[in-house]
Order: sequence, then C-alpha cells, then structure tokens
Amino acid sequence: MSQAEADLVEELLDGSHRALARTITKIENRAPGYREIVSALHAHTGDAEVIGITGSPGAGKSTLVDKLAKRYRDRGDTVGVIAVDPSSPYTGGAVLGDRIRMASNVGDMDVFFRSMSARGRLGGLSTATADAVKALDAFGKDRIVIETVGAGQNEIDIVQTADSVVVLVQPGSGDDVQMLKAGILEIGDVFVVNKADMDGAARTVAELEEMIHLQREPTRNLDTGHHGAAGADLGPNGEHGESADGEDAAERASWTPEVVETVATGGEGIGDLIETLSAHREFLENTGRLREKARTRYAEEIRTLVRSDVSDLVERELNARGGVERLAEAVLDRETDPYTVADEVVAPVRDCLDERDRNDRS
Amino acid sequence: MSADAEQRTIRCLIAKVGLDGHDRGAHVIARAFRDAGFEVIYSGLHRAPDEIVQAAVQEDVDVIGISILSGAHNTLVPKVVDGLKEYDAFEDTLILVGGIVPDEDRAKLKELGVAEVFGPGTPMQETIDFVRENAPER
Repeated sequence: MSQAEADLVEELLDGSHRALARTITKIENRAPGYREIVSALHAHTGDAEVIGITGSPGAGKSTLVDKLAKRYRDRGDTVGVIAVDPSSPYTGGAVLGDRIRMASNVGDMDVFFRSMSARGRLGGLSTATADAVKALDAFGKDRIVIETVGAGQNEIDIVQTADSVVVLVQPGSGDDVQMLKAGILEIGDVFVVNKADMDGAARTVAELEEMIHLQREPTRNLDTGHHGAAGADLGPNGEHGESADGEDAAERASWTPEVVETVATGGEGIGDLIETLSAHREFLENTGRLREKARTRYAEEIRTLVRSDVSDLVERELNARGGVERLAEAVLDRETDPYTVADEVVAPVRDCLDERDRNDRS
Repeated sequence: MSADAEQRTIRCLIAKVGLDGHDRGAHVIARAFRDAGFEVIYSGLHRAPDEIVQAAVQEDVDVIGISILSGAHNTLVPKVVDGLKEYDAFEDTLILVGGIVPDEDRAKLKELGVAEVFGPGTPMQETIDFVRENAPER
C-alpha cells in the first residue's frame, strides 16, 4: 500500500468525513489501490448493524430511511446510508435523487448519506456496495442502511449484503397474484406496508400475512402425511399451539417475517419498525445466524472477486488472440465456433493449473 | 470490468441555495449532465449553504453547480466556499454558478473561487465541455 493510501486509511479511522467520502469514491471508481484500502479496513469492520431496504419505485423508501436515520440518531447512534440508483445504460449518466428526501438529518454529519449509481456494471455493483459498507463500518457507524430499488437480481444481491432486509410494499400494488410471484417478496425479514393511511392498506397487510403464512407452511391444508416442511429454517407462525407440528417447528430456530405498517412522511410506525429490526437482530445473534450469514456473504465475496480476477486474465488472453471482435468475426464466417474459441482462450489457464497439480503430486 | 475501471465518472452536485423557488433550469442542467454521462446529485429546493456543503463532502463530488436566480449569490456563495474549505474540499472541487448574476458581481465570485458563471442562454454544450475540461484531477 502506498503512503497516500495508508494516510487515507488512517484519516478515515480517525474520523475524517472527507477521507471516508474519498475512500468510497476510490471504491466506486475501482481506482488503483482501492483493494489495498479495503483490505486494510477489513480488520476494523464487523461492528455495524446493516439493514437493507428495497421496494418498488415510489414506495417511499427514501422517506422511510430518512425517518429511520433520524430515530436512530435520537437514540445516539451514528448512521451511514448508501442509496443505490440506476444509471443510464446508454451514457452511464445518472440522476441520484434520494438525497432530497433526507430532510430530517440536514446538517448532521453523523448521518453520512452517500448516493451510488449502478454504473452499468454486471454484478460488480454489489461488490462496490459491500466495500462501501465496509468503509462506513470501519469509520464507526453504528447502523448502516442500504437502500435500493427492488427491480432485478442485481438489486437483490445488494440488499442481501445486509443482516436484515426490509421490503417496502405500497397499498394497492397489485392483486394477490403479485404476492405469489417469485422475487423480492422472498427475501424480506420485515415487510413494511408504507402509506398505511391509504385505501387498501389493510388488504395489502392481509395479503402479505397470507403469503408469509403460505411460505411457512405450504402444505398446511394439504393432507400430505408429513410435517409442513418449508425447509429446516422455516416454521409456522402465529398459530400458537394449534397443532403439534407448530410446536415442533417453533423449537427450530426460525424467523417469521413480520408485517409493519408505517406512514413514513409523518413518522408513524417507525418505532415499530425499529423494534422489529432489533428483534430480528437479536434472533440472528442468539441463533448463530448472524455469523452464518456473514460467512456465506464472505464466501460469495471471495467467489465474486476470484471470478472477476480470472475474467481479467481471460480478457488479456482474448486480446492476445486479436480481441473478441476478431474472434466473433471468425465465428460468423464459420471458421470456428464459440465453444472452440472459449476452449482455446481458457487453455493457458487450465494448462497452468494442470501443471501445478502434476508438480504437487511429484 | 477493465473498461469501467479506467473510466472515471464525473460526479456533480446541482444545488439550489436560498429562497428562490424556480428550479426549472436546475432540472434542465441535471438532465443534460446525466445525458452527458455524469452522475448528478440534485439537492432539491431551498437548501442552506451548510446542507450543500454536507452533500458535497459526503458525495465527494468533482463539481458543484449552484443555481441562483434570486440575486442572493453574494451572501450564499461565500458561505458554501467557506464550508468547503472547512472540510478541506475546496481545493479540488470545481465550483460553477448558474443563473442571474450581474456583470459586476461575476469578477467578485471568480475571485472567491468560482470557476465560471453561466448566465441565461448559455448553450448546454458549453457548460458540459467546461466541466469535462476543468473537472479537477484527483
């Protein structure tokens, strides 16, 4: 690590907001030396509670985050927020507009709000976000909130870098078939029906609860002759003592997603949300889930990094062979085919590994 | 991957400071900057200089574009400049002012550290080119 980077890390750990901001920029830009910086910060991480918030555009995520941050601040906690917005697939440009709604925390540097754009990266955004979370964590933020639109797979990866995932649902956001569809509804630890003062809120809450209940016990009303097994980590909810199955399952460590109603603009329900989040946190800690989750995350992170590094090596080999355009041209002219090309490009890497294995054995 | 590692994205804060409530121009600039491939953070209306400084520091922007139509630039811009200095962020932030600024005030703003003042009717491309050419190297 160069002296400049070592200084930056030291300033960040010393509490310089400027250094924190600059570090996140380096992470976003994949600037030279960013890896060394993140490596150096890693030892100082692990204390922050990370919350992911997702939901469709207009559900009120930013307003909720603003009020949540305010409430945490009132309790004396420091807060970091990372808000991810999409970028243009054509120009890479973006308007990052979530900051506007952070009105409750104006002038309070202890709420560190940072906008990130997707920058059209395939899969790389979640790595950048996870690294930015590490910077905030090492800086000493008690709570870190990641906010992103729950539109596609990429965004789901991002919120899952959090310990607890909150999914925001708007009243009247579709019929109950929407709730059955796969996607963000499966990743929530807490569901928030925001704008709960709107018509249809009660129905949305009921539908969510129905969905959660189905997910817990998909076979509940079916006579399948065995326990309602929705996976070892899932147990029935709310049906206290209704059946022997229920009690069995309750003994297994299980978290039943909760549904919380809020009116974020007026701050209603934020207290309930905070209580639910801390209950979830407690659950994660008591059951060892927190460690387990972190381990899974790090495993995924290692895989992603390795893949990206290998892909750079392979890109080098592609260029050495005249570039992917020329190869595509050759495929187009029926001189070769994609499988053969891929095989040839990867061959040097494979050869190296094979040789090493042979050496190890001899 | 390697491609986006080499390309630096210019980050801009488009800021409305003070009491003036007209942000059509700010919106148009934000949109134009976005289409030029910049990342734009828009502050929203009625911001205090402190808020702009907070946003600029946290977002680590290369450029701040302050839009003022109310004539309060002589009181508001110096506050933003002072705030940036306080956080060590003045030296490497390009400060632009857009809006209604009388000629006699332009020199004063530039002395203060504003890189350029863009009045009404400035072609959008001129502003974009100026940012591209003058965004601070870091």
